[in-house]
Amino acid sequence: MRSGGRKRRLHFSKIYSFTCGRASLKEEHSQIGGPGFSRVVFCNEPDSFEAGIRNYADNYVSTTKYTLATFLPKSLFEQFRRVANFFFLVTGVLAFTPLAPYSAVSAIIPLIIIISATMVKEAIEDWRRKQQDIEVNNRKVKVHKGSGNFDYTEWKNLRVGDIVRVEKNEFFPTDLLLLSSSYEDAICYVETMNLDGETNLKLKQALEVTSPLQEDTSISNFHAMVKCEDPNANLYSFVGTMEFEKQQYPLSPQQLLLRDSKLRNTDYIYGVVIFTGVDTKVIQNSTPPPSKRSRVEKKMDQIIYVLFGVLFTLASVGSIFFGITTKDDINNGIMKRWYLKPDSSEIFYDPKRAPVAAIYHFLTALMLYNYLIPISLYVSIEIVKVLQSVFINQDIQMYYEEADKPAHARTSNLNEELGQVDTILSDKTGTLTCNSMEFIKCSVAGTAYGRGFTEVERSMGRRNGSPIHEAVTGGNDDTAPVKGFNFKDERIMNGNWVDEPHGDLIQKFFRLLAVCHTAIPEVDEVTGKVMYEAESPDEAAFVIAARELGFEFYKRTQTSISVRELDRTSGKKVDRLYTLLNVLEFNSSRKRMSVIVRNEEGKVLLLCKGADNVMFERLAKNGREFEEETKEHLNGYADAGLRTLILAYRELQEDEYREFNAKFIKAKNSISADRETLIDEVTDNVEKDLILLGATAVEDKLQNGVPDCIDKLAQAGIKIWVLTGDKMETAINIGFACSLLRQGMKQVMINLESPEIKVLEKEGDKDAITKASRARVLHQITKGKAQLTASSGGSEAYALIIDGKSLAYALEDDIKSLFLELAMGCASVICCRSSPKQKALVTRLVKSGTGKTTLAIGDGANDVGMLQEADIGIGISGVEGMQAVMSSDIAIAQFQYLERLLLVHGHWCYRRISSMICYFFYKNITFGLTIFLYEASASFSGQPAYNDWFLALYNVFFSSLPVVAMGVFDQDVSARFCLKFPLIYQEGVQNVLFSWRRIIGWMLNGLTSAVIIFFFCMKALQPYAFNQDGKTAGKDILGATMYTCIVWVVNLQMALAISYFTLIQHLFIWGSIAFWYIFMLAYGAMSPTFSTNAYKVFVETLAPAPSFWLITLLVPISALLPYFTYSSLWMRFFPLYHEMIQWIRYEGRSNDPEFCDMVRQRSLRPTTVGFTARLAARTNIIRR
Amino acid sequence: MRQIGVCLSPKVSLWFENLSSSLLLGLNLMEVDGGRILKVSSGAQSIPRHSRKHKAFYQFTQQSLPACKPVLTPAWVITTFLLMGVIFIPIGLITLHASENVVEIVDRYDTECVPEAFRSNKVAYIKDNSIPKNCSRYLKVYKHMKAPINIYYQLDNYFQNHRRYVKSKNDRQLLHGLGYNDTGSCKPEESNNGLPIVPCGLIAWSLFNDTYTLIRGRSELKVNRKNIAWKSDRDHKFGKSVYPFNFQNGTLMGGGKLHPRIPLSDQEDLIVWMRTAALPSFRKLYGRIEEDLNADDVVVVNVTNNYNTYSFGGKKKLILSTTGWLGGKNNFLGLACTSVGSSSIFISIVFLLLHMKNPRIL
Repeated sequence: MRSGGRKRRLHFSKIYSFTCGRASLKEEHSQIGGPGFSRVVFCNEPDSFEAGIRNYADNYVSTTKYTLATFLPKSLFEQFRRVANFFFLVTGVLAFTPLAPYSAVSAIIPLIIIISATMVKEAIEDWRRKQQDIEVNNRKVKVHKGSGNFDYTEWKNLRVGDIVRVEKNEFFPTDLLLLSSSYEDAICYVETMNLDGETNLKLKQALEVTSPLQEDTSISNFHAMVKCEDPNANLYSFVGTMEFEKQQYPLSPQQLLLRDSKLRNTDYIYGVVIFTGVDTKVIQNSTPPPSKRSRVEKKMDQIIYVLFGVLFTLASVGSIFFGITTKDDINNGIMKRWYLKPDSSEIFYDPKRAPVAAIYHFLTALMLYNYLIPISLYVSIEIVKVLQSVFINQDIQMYYEEADKPAHARTSNLNEELGQVDTILSDKTGTLTCNSMEFIKCSVAGTAYGRGFTEVERSMGRRNGSPIHEAVTGGNDDTAPVKGFNFKDERIMNGNWVDEPHGDLIQKFFRLLAVCHTAIPEVDEVTGKVMYEAESPDEAAFVIAARELGFEFYKRTQTSISVRELDRTSGKKVDRLYTLLNVLEFNSSRKRMSVIVRNEEGKVLLLCKGADNVMFERLAKNGREFEEETKEHLNGYADAGLRTLILAYRELQEDEYREFNAKFIKAKNSISADRETLIDEVTDNVEKDLILLGATAVEDKLQNGVPDCIDKLAQAGIKIWVLTGDKMETAINIGFACSLLRQGMKQVMINLESPEIKVLEKEGDKDAITKASRARVLHQITKGKAQLTASSGGSEAYALIIDGKSLAYALEDDIKSLFLELAMGCASVICCRSSPKQKALVTRLVKSGTGKTTLAIGDGANDVGMLQEADIGIGISGVEGMQAVMSSDIAIAQFQYLERLLLVHGHWCYRRISSMICYFFYKNITFGLTIFLYEASASFSGQPAYNDWFLALYNVFFSSLPVVAMGVFDQDVSARFCLKFPLIYQEGVQNVLFSWRRIIGWMLNGLTSAVIIFFFCMKALQPYAFNQDGKTAGKDILGATMYTCIVWVVNLQMALAISYFTLIQHLFIWGSIAFWYIFMLAYGAMSPTFSTNAYKVFVETLAPAPSFWLITLLVPISALLPYFTYSSLWMRFFPLYHEMIQWIRYEGRSNDPEFCDMVRQRSLRPTTVGFTARLAARTNIIRR
Repeated sequence: MRQIGVCLSPKVSLWFENLSSSLLLGLNLMEVDGGRILKVSSGAQSIPRHSRKHKAFYQFTQQSLPACKPVLTPAWVITTFLLMGVIFIPIGLITLHASENVVEIVDRYDTECVPEAFRSNKVAYIKDNSIPKNCSRYLKVYKHMKAPINIYYQLDNYFQNHRRYVKSKNDRQLLHGLGYNDTGSCKPEESNNGLPIVPCGLIAWSLFNDTYTLIRGRSELKVNRKNIAWKSDRDHKFGKSVYPFNFQNGTLMGGGKLHPRIPLSDQEDLIVWMRTAALPSFRKLYGRIEEDLNADDVVVVNVTNNYNTYSFGGKKKLILSTTGWLGGKNNFLGLACTSVGSSSIFISIVFLLLHMKNPRIL
């Protein structure tokens, strides 16, 4: 607490110039109490009568789809909304009428089995969501229980008006009104990553009147009334007033702490609960997750419609024939088929009313031929997908050990979509990078220091097979790594810098790093080690670097900075105090920050660090000694994917400073609208004639394996777009770091940084700005497109970089298609400074504009829109904050797992599901068509060839399990080969395995099988005696034989179609066939009232007859012959890509690099991004 | 699973892969992919007893279970096709031979048994009970026929598989007799004159009732009409104490009558008839001759041509046939087997040629 106490003495509001004009909110506040502004909160009195009548929502948040009461009706409704299921329900109901060709029970039981299986699955999924809710709702927070006592309670119990105490690094449980904090001026730092994805800390400040409430006891007597706006989704606005001690105080967003943001750098705060549960801004912002369906499934629906078409056609053909023959039964009063007694028949067969009979018969036929539509398809697919998800979750290679986080497929219905991704839209911070900065290199006085290697260099080195890199990186075990510091250079470290040629400059350089910042040191009481809390990770990296190199910043007061540094001459550690005179803050237009300090010698120094483009122009004539070298180093750093800053300093004369200070204070205190510009001008005048010291290079550390992963994805032909809220420079740096950009790539930049627009902005004419901006964006886009078309066919790769403001115009209706065309032509696209909404819009544009599958990946709440909009949303669960994960479809811990997720699981799932669906249709067409063919020889009367239970159980027992096994386990190519030949992924993107060609091919295969089975069985059995005893085969025997053949054919077909035979496959395939025989035995042994014509059919009639066995040998083989011939021809002469890989594996040539390369090259289009491409580009240059 | 500290050692997996690939050099046609192996503890410590189980479970969750991955290589394909040829051609020939050995005499008599005078209106003829329906057919035995010789009748264009027809019976009544009253499925043949019919329904009502008497030389050939139905039907579907009742008493006559004193389980022609045929053209067993017929014997068949097939244009045939181990004289199976076999060989040769001519580029 001592450090807290020390901190309390600091008034950071002095360091920061708060820019929000607090006084100018008058007109908005006048609305309070009116419509839309009706909320009244009685602080600290949640139990009072007035609070009671308001009846605000509690803080319980529920994300479940069903409750106990609504589960049954709602989920049933969901089930029968599916056309196929509804159809089966209708036929199930019709089965109870005399129209049914089979018994009602046998028709309804499969439906019940299938529907209940789906419902069980739904229930389990919803239960999981419930568990998650319970976890969130039961988090603990300290709440005021009266008379100054704070006690823990669950989040869900919070009520409007409660006063809570939130400790450091805790999440805010509700939207809170900040009352006070551990700091004396009642400020606190808030991390809003979960809301907007911005990583820098936000500063919030309470009203001055409440800031003294710093103790638990002081809260007990606090009473106030807050009137404010109603719950709404706007994160950045808040209007309210607080009535405290008879005084009205206006409230602004500055006092509002939002749920799911996090308290940082502040020991504790007190706050009043304003909005709870569903009223909080975060929840208001969250839209219900859109239900996503995969492309394959949508196509499957189309196939089902086609099959419905076939079904209706068959049924009507049957009915027409039936109508004709029925009408024919009585001809001029003479009965033809007298044995049917047509003269005294009910309506269904009445020749006198043949048309009506035909219509009734149509329904019968629908019921009979509905075996064409696989009833178990949906449920099988769902089961398969759940199991696939289990495998995704279980994959040890997607398990992040450090955080104990496995991959987590939250929705299972998009698995196969993972195999079809065309474009990846990625967030940057926290997704590609881990948002930790490491000081890695620097250039001081024209000499480059730092022997560390960046991730990019390492992976390029690995690619090259260069042993140097590995050797150097291998030797870093001697010292424990310091977070944020990865600098290795014996010339500088351990005080060796003293002996370097420009020792004085090196000293100045690190002194600048130790002094020029806004970080706060925190001394660990035990070890004496100094830790820092900084606004941004790069700043922390600088201070840490300075500390590690002997310039330990250890104390900050309001007016001074203390540094313990190595004295150059004596070689001893000395404490030096720098009097802090001014802080010239960083902002995005200045792109630099400076401090003005007075050192112990009394000299006034201006220390400045900033981006290269603003810094070089500010150098003094005599300060450019090392400019050339530094620039060269900078280029190298940028290519290695580093963030660079230029450091420079200047000595100020006493009078010069005094003059500046007077102007600066005046500018700071001015209240006019152009206060910002005034400050800028003043600072601009002093930050000039600088003397260059050098440059720093900080690695915005990419997550492990990101470059590799991006390279693999690029090789797989997936386009990668980066959408980030970051600055353009940072984004470009990262683009370089992860090889999305490279030297020699043509960059098409779209931004609004033109002088005319700046002029217009000064004038403030909004319409003119909009017009000029739009014109500029349009111009840049058309120019880019012209460049692109001019070089089309050339080897040049283009990169598109666009910033948020321009994006706003580019996404307008009339420009967006042009923009999309340009973007699609570029190898990589980077959108920087984009808002969450823009991210979602871009995603939508790509999704609907190209019609291809998009995948969005992100980690923060600012990515939620994008994740929901994309076909697949992937959340990164590695960092804190669950917003993205909660709205994602699949959560992984690291970006690098995307490679395995897409290339291995995606490919497998796509292949499995598409083969599975094809196979499903195949087996049902085979079965359904034999029924139809039999009908044709039974004058379409609607008599099935098979026993009722044979019919009913076909889809449930005798053919389903092998398909499920295929859907879960089949692998065309092992994981190793999927990764080795990423191009196999294109099979999914181009939808080769689920093209209409292939689907129709399978259907034709089904047709062939059905025809062969039916005619062979019919010819072999009828009308002759079929056994030695001389007995002839009746309907029962023909039916059972045909059915046996079908069971064999569909299962053997499965065995032929799969390429991965584990024990499980054997078990299911042979098990299904064996089960059929067992079923025949068991069912045949039941009493004849139940088994009807299947009674003892196997034991007595089929098994003793050699012809039965001969038929069941001959027919399946003949039925499979066409498929076998076709596939062996194609495999040999026109192999698909996965088949080529099977060849490679089979021939054991996977270790033959040349051969593999040849395969890789086949139908491979050159990759334009990734380091493979970078290497290729480099070698090209060398060759030239 | 994660708690047990599973870790992968690249060395071990590499070793395993090498091992498996070297093992598999022997297996020409398939490769077993062992995938990665789980290393439970580092070093050469003793492997815990459960490791096999763990390993299997690990392989299962990591989808790397040992599996065979068949590839349709030319060798595979050609061998398979050849094998199929080698199997099916002999089977086909044997089957054909069996079928050739069966002697079958088919005689269509529906037209010939109608006197010339009635040929223009056969329906009237068959419906007129006053006209005698006797008719004689002369069958010449062209080859020695070994007993037992089965006698069949064959009907064509007769839809015993019509849904209305198939449903028109009552299994319980057949088994339990009059005690079972719910005979709704038998409509319109469920009752007559207010009394229930046993056996009810259209199937029974339309019982085939042509009769055949076979005479060789001067003596009548004994036709055994027992044992022509399936045993399970006799024992479990037709009641031993169920006697025909009120059967064929109606105004409209259907087919044959039943002896009211014989229980249904012994009325085998009814049982045979009621096991409905699968297709509109079917044979049913009539009886058996239990003595050999010699070549050039002439068998005179006295037919009572009662059954009406004329109204729907059906044919009636009488068949005498011996049986082989495969049943009747059916060449189809044999032909199909031989053609499947020979086309397999043909395909394998074509494939071989194509394979030789076009080296795989890949």
